[in-house]
Amino acid sequence: MENKDFEAIFENKLAKNEMVEPKDWMPDNYRKHLLRQISQHAHSEIIGMLPEGNWISRAPSLRSKLVLLAKVQDEGGHGLYLYTAAESLGTSRDEMLDALQTGRAKYSSIFNYPTLSWADIGAVGWLVDGAAIMNQVMLQRTSYGPYARAMVRICKEESFHQRQGYEVMTHMAFGTPEQKEMAQDALNRWWFPTLMMFGPPDSESPNSENAIKWRIKRETNDQLRQRFVNQTVEQVQYLGLTIPDKNLKWNESKKGYDFSEPDWAEFKNVIKGNGPCNKERLDARNKAHNEGRWVREAAAAYGKKQMEQYAAA
Amino acid sequence: MTTQEALFKYTLRLGDCSIILAQRLCEWTSKGPFLEEDLALTNIALDIFGRGKSLLEYAARIEGKGRTEDTLAFFRSDRQFTNYLICEQENGDYAKTMIRQAMVDCFDLLLYSELTKSKDETLAGIAAKSVKEITYHKRHSFSWTDRFGNGTEESRTRAQKALNELWRFTGEFFEVEEADEILIKEGVAVDVKSFQNKWETELHALFEKANLTLPETVFMQTGGRKGIHTEHLAYLLAEMQALPRMYPDAKW
Ligand SMILES: [Fe+2]
Ligand SMILES: [Fe+2]
Ligand SMILES: [Fe+2]
Repeated sequence: MENKDFEAIFENKLAKNEMVEPKDWMPDNYRKHLLRQISQHAHSEIIGMLPEGNWISRAPSLRSKLVLLAKVQDEGGHGLYLYTAAESLGTSRDEMLDALQTGRAKYSSIFNYPTLSWADIGAVGWLVDGAAIMNQVMLQRTSYGPYARAMVRICKEESFHQRQGYEVMTHMAFGTPEQKEMAQDALNRWWFPTLMMFGPPDSESPNSENAIKWRIKRETNDQLRQRFVNQTVEQVQYLGLTIPDKNLKWNESKKGYDFSEPDWAEFKNVIKGNGPCNKERLDARNKAHNEGRWVREAAAAYGKKQMEQYAAA
Repeated sequence: MTTQEALFKYTLRLGDCSIILAQRLCEWTSKGPFLEEDLALTNIALDIFGRGKSLLEYAARIEGKGRTEDTLAFFRSDRQFTNYLICEQENGDYAKTMIRQAMVDCFDLLLYSELTKSKDETLAGIAAKSVKEITYHKRHSFSWTDRFGNGTEESRTRAQKALNELWRFTGEFFEVEEADEILIKEGVAVDVKSFQNKWETELHALFEKANLTLPETVFMQTGGRKGIHTEHLAYLLAEMQALPRMYPDAKW
């Protein structure tokens, strides 16, 4: 068959809302786009373990410790499914990790902000996992089969995380005056970085026709951001907290809230590597990787010896 | 000592061992040698925390003075913790963590298997759930010990060093105090002496297979049951307890 025939089969699959599978032919730019997106998503899960892992040893009750530990483990599990999905596109996990650890690959810039109090654990679960869900729900039906299947499982767990995060916020917001203060402070610090998670404004983000055709995207960055704000305002009101934005106001004509744009200069700066914790996150990842090297080597050497013994027997 | 006091002491000790060991294990979360192993060890930490939580809940109930599992975990000083010293030892490298785990898992599997026969239904129930978990933990730590011993020169050296450092903390497993004696008579507690040989045989076999040698003369350290710990525990608790102690009125 000619390339053209393959392309027709591929286009036909997209048109019929069918899944593309690893063994199927796919255009190069499709493969590249997916590989970049899935590996970045995987890296975000892995790096995301760090800011929350920061509070495991200090969780203030046994129950909250178990919940947080399980959550961080889930994120690691998400990383694992996603690396596996990305590997099916022909790049090894080692290569992807190397790109992450040498700073060539990107991950969600939200994880370059510090978790400074226990309320941050609530805010991250509630806002960050919440924004992630809003970005990711549609990926459950994305065109690449392994990615779509991974996302079904991931989204289920992310909504669980969001509820748990909101529960922590509830305890804090309805707790002692100090707890309430921590809750408000966490909201103040996480609000705008969370809004940045939806990406640059539509006016600055190149209209990605392919992403829509490939069922990787359905709504624009600004549409998703608007939906997130609309959904979150009520939750903030219930908590008796204040969103740190003087321009936040109901707009009857658009049936949604008006709100201030996040500081896009800060966003660009964090992406460039100058966020408060970019260096700490990469250092921590590299340290774990380097300190684990002898363990991986021992496992490999042992495996090889076992194979040899097996072959000789 | 009344039976109730003995039961409180006994349950509290089992709970303390679990909480302190799990607190150590979860220091590895997000820092494991590779992703699958990070997840596996976190899973083990989760199991052991879960067991510790059930045991402290039960201890609080036995005591009946209005304390909860959280007041027991977060509002006692190191002098009031009765975990074995081995549980609080620092993680060190992955070999030290795994050798420590192999020693504890081997002991715990024998202990909790016996405890399933306890006349105390709550303890027997906690034990029944734990046996399944510990069976998996032990398979995990034993296979890593073997892998390290028979892996590379470096991994064997590290494992041997860990064994030399940790063996002196294993004597405490087999100490018997008044609370144990009272409860053994009642058919509630486990007589650890009854399986000491089995524990030694299993670990000797593991170390032999892994090319590791037990240190020859070792003075066994003791003190955990009396709340006399190594210097590590107070630091571990300072971190673990900081938040509840800073905000004692807060509910989380
Ligand atoms: Fe995520
Ligand atoms: Fe996740
Ligand atoms: Fe999550």
